[in-house]
Amino acid sequence: MPAPIRLRELIRTIRTARTQAEEREMIQKECAAIRSSFREEDNTYRCRNVAKLLYMHMLGYPAHFGQLECLKLIASQKFTDKRIGYLGAMLLLDERQDVHLLMTNCIKNDLNHSTQYVQGLALCTLGCMGSSEMCRDLAGEVEKLLKTSNSYLRKKAALCAVHVIRKVPELMEMFLPATKNLLNEKNHGVLHTSVVLLTEMCERSPDMLAHFRKVGLVPQLVRILKNLIMSGYSPEHDVSGISDPFLQVRILRLLRILGRNDDDSSEAMNDILAQVATNTETSKNVGNAILYETVLTIMDIKSESGLRVLAINILGRFLLNNDKNIRYVALTSLLKTVQTDHNAVQRHRSTIVDCLKDLDVSIKRRAMELSFALVNGNNVRGMMKELLYFLDSCEPEFKADCASGIFLAAEKYAPSKRWHIDTIMRVLTTAGSYVRDDAVPNLIQLITNSVEMHAYTVQRLYKAILGDYSQQPLVQVASWCIGEYGDLLVSGQCEEEEPIQVTEDEVLDILESVLISNMSASVTRGYALTAIMKLSTRFTCTVNRIKKVVSIYGSSIDVELQQRAVEYNALFKKYDHMRPALLERMPVMEKVTTNGPTEIVQTNGETEPAVLETKPPPSGLQPANQANDLLDLLGGSDITPVIPTAPTSKPASAGGELLDLLGDLNLTGSPVSAPAPQIAQPPFLLDGLTSQPLFNDIAAGIPSITAYNKNGLKIDFTFERSNTNPSVTVITIQASNSTELDMTDFVFQAAVPKTFQLQLLSPSSSVIPAFNSGTITQVIKVLNPQKQQLRMRIKLTYNHKGSAMQDLAEVNNFPPQSWQ
Amino acid sequence: IHFILLFSRQGKLRLQKWYTTLPDKEKKKIIREIVQIILSRHQKTSSFVDWKDLKLVYKRYASLYFCCAIEDQDNELLTLEVVHRYVELLDRYFGNVCELDIIFNFEKAYFILDEFIIGGEVQETSKKTAVKAIEDSDMLQETVEEYMNKPAF
Repeated sequence: MPAPIRLRELIRTIRTARTQAEEREMIQKECAAIRSSFREEDNTYRCRNVAKLLYMHMLGYPAHFGQLECLKLIASQKFTDKRIGYLGAMLLLDERQDVHLLMTNCIKNDLNHSTQYVQGLALCTLGCMGSSEMCRDLAGEVEKLLKTSNSYLRKKAALCAVHVIRKVPELMEMFLPATKNLLNEKNHGVLHTSVVLLTEMCERSPDMLAHFRKVGLVPQLVRILKNLIMSGYSPEHDVSGISDPFLQVRILRLLRILGRNDDDSSEAMNDILAQVATNTETSKNVGNAILYETVLTIMDIKSESGLRVLAINILGRFLLNNDKNIRYVALTSLLKTVQTDHNAVQRHRSTIVDCLKDLDVSIKRRAMELSFALVNGNNVRGMMKELLYFLDSCEPEFKADCASGIFLAAEKYAPSKRWHIDTIMRVLTTAGSYVRDDAVPNLIQLITNSVEMHAYTVQRLYKAILGDYSQQPLVQVASWCIGEYGDLLVSGQCEEEEPIQVTEDEVLDILESVLISNMSASVTRGYALTAIMKLSTRFTCTVNRIKKVVSIYGSSIDVELQQRAVEYNALFKKYDHMRPALLERMPVMEKVTTNGPTEIVQTNGETEPAVLETKPPPSGLQPANQANDLLDLLGGSDITPVIPTAPTSKPASAGGELLDLLGDLNLTGSPVSAPAPQIAQPPFLLDGLTSQPLFNDIAAGIPSITAYNKNGLKIDFTFERSNTNPSVTVITIQASNSTELDMTDFVFQAAVPKTFQLQLLSPSSSVIPAFNSGTITQVIKVLNPQKQQLRMRIKLTYNHKGSAMQDLAEVNNFPPQSWQ
Repeated sequence: IHFILLFSRQGKLRLQKWYTTLPDKEKKKIIREIVQIILSRHQKTSSFVDWKDLKLVYKRYASLYFCCAIEDQDNELLTLEVVHRYVELLDRYFGNVCELDIIFNFEKAYFILDEFIIGGEVQETSKKTAVKAIEDSDMLQETVEEYMNKPAF
């Protein structure tokens, strides 16, 4: 058989192939030749054949039949064979084949070979792809080589040890003694790999970490680093004027791990870090690489504030660098530090905002995240302008996150209600289809609460969807608002801007178009239908039209719509007298928390506070259920089976809880509870909300407490949280007198812990009539910026039965929702 | 470093070094994916790409792309230096290295890489030392087969 062709020949030949098919043909031919050559157990050319096989493997062709041949090559005595054999092993073999274990013995022998380059090959292979079994068997050999004086082998042994530890962490201990003298080397290769080994050990084991801190590793590293920086030019390790940057960076990284959460170590490295930070050349990438690592280290250890400011300033300078890579790295680091060093990062805000306009997608994303982290009460207007502009022009993949971020920031820092609503409008119109589902109920809540803005809001929303009703969240919010405040729209009451002239028919037109449009999602249609229904009580001339629309949808294919329509129809027909009350304007709902997902806590003393509390307020389907609950109330027996959904869904929209609660009341009673008494009740329940103490809390959202009850004098606290300022709690006290004589000259005083601020408004009167026939109310405003637990000491003075009474008491039972 | 890939502007693989264990199929899939991502990158963008839970650092030298996949805590800027150093080593060994050198002497490219990086970590920071080690190893080969004029295989 003729000698197999040389590798170079093969490569040249294959490259002349003009088509994939031609190439495949050549390869197959050659593979066949190689296979037969392997079968013949030809020692001379095995090396050549395996090399060719490796080339073909790189082109993507299967080469597994060469695996055993690699092993034979490794076992050969010729260096050339070993070299190719080990390369083949690293490329073709891996842990999952049992074949690789056969290598173990060869490697063991080669680790003890007389030629260092053979030893090197073995160490390299073991260090790159050794399996756990191999590592276990050969760890001892590696450890031996770690102590050799031959630096060529020592450095390789160190990295091999790293690999062993990664594969079999339990073996870490055995390498510990050998590490004692590792850093005494002059050879940079050994130094570098030793630092890597020490890093690996410290990262994996807190015990090791403590050990190395104790044996004075930090000063040793500081010394080495200092030498590197101070020493003169060393051509061997120099990169653009910096001495061995690879080693410098690795040392900085190890220092970071040693200094983390450890004051002593951190202090020991403060000086050197400052030195590196100030003296490193920044003109080339390599200098910046070192600075970057330095900054990461400074931020992670317990460094003094001066150093931290220095680090952030370096990052700020990075941001101004022309090199994109450096800007990218700076933004990433700033993102990590913005929580802890907020003020320092604020200084670079304008540069960060400029990065929003960068071409690079990763840079834009980081700049966006950072911008949101930096928004605060002072800069919110300016930042929002930039962010809204960004929302307009950014790639679709950013829009959802950006919109959510803007909503959150606007909620926290809105300077005025009008600005808040304007911002939301802007987001809805620019990125309406990317807004998250849970934003819709949140927005509706917000709008409800801004009572004075209702006219303005509904007018703007109306104008927005006139032109384009394809963006679902926008349409949903708009429909809801029009349904609620359509009367304001038609009467042209807007104060904030020029009121527009809209007729009832025009309003109904737009709502009907939404209903009909193909672009509207099922949920949106639900909103629209409900809105139309609500308008039946607010509009005067178009009730018939509304009736007609509602009845049409009674036969809609969409089950949800059909159900609603049927129920609304029933409202028109049988329960027309109920209609105004049921479709009344929603009362203002207070939100308890203003950060993150809203949680509206309802307590009612008796019925199921737990049920309401634990249900998260998610999608825009909630208003749908609210209508269902409403009609649940009217008597389950009349209307075709309405699925009692009340307990399982918790609308976040204003008024939803209200009706949920009523729905609950209905359902918790026996299912056969006579509809008749229920029907009589709803108006009463709805109207009686404000006077019945039982339902008082619902309006407030926070459970009220009895702060004082002694000698016939009872003082109740009810709570409200401010929407715009989460640190403000408004407490309304009600003092009542159950004795037979009036209490006169009543004075209420209160004191709070130092971190709070108190403002007492004037009371309604100073006389509490007897027999609980009347109350004194007074409003207290508490400012709690540190969100500490609210405590209060109260002093009461009054005249009763001819004598002066005075009492001191402490109030400790404030519900958490009132101060958190 | 988890893996290093070298590929041409047409997406042909010239070198692949894996420091983690993955099945062959998986490797092929990853290579295809990454080549596509990097080749579609605009010229003016940064050299870093977030990919799965790794960071890809890539740089183009003439007609070859050098790509390294590093972990979250690794220093991206330093990785650029690592890539550059590898190119310098190749250049020193081959003398004005070009893509063809790497194609026809791929096994040497691997040997050089193995003298520079083991297990995903740098082992030698001195250019001189690394190249000398290769040249000495080549000498060993020379005693077995004639080198320069008649390639060993």
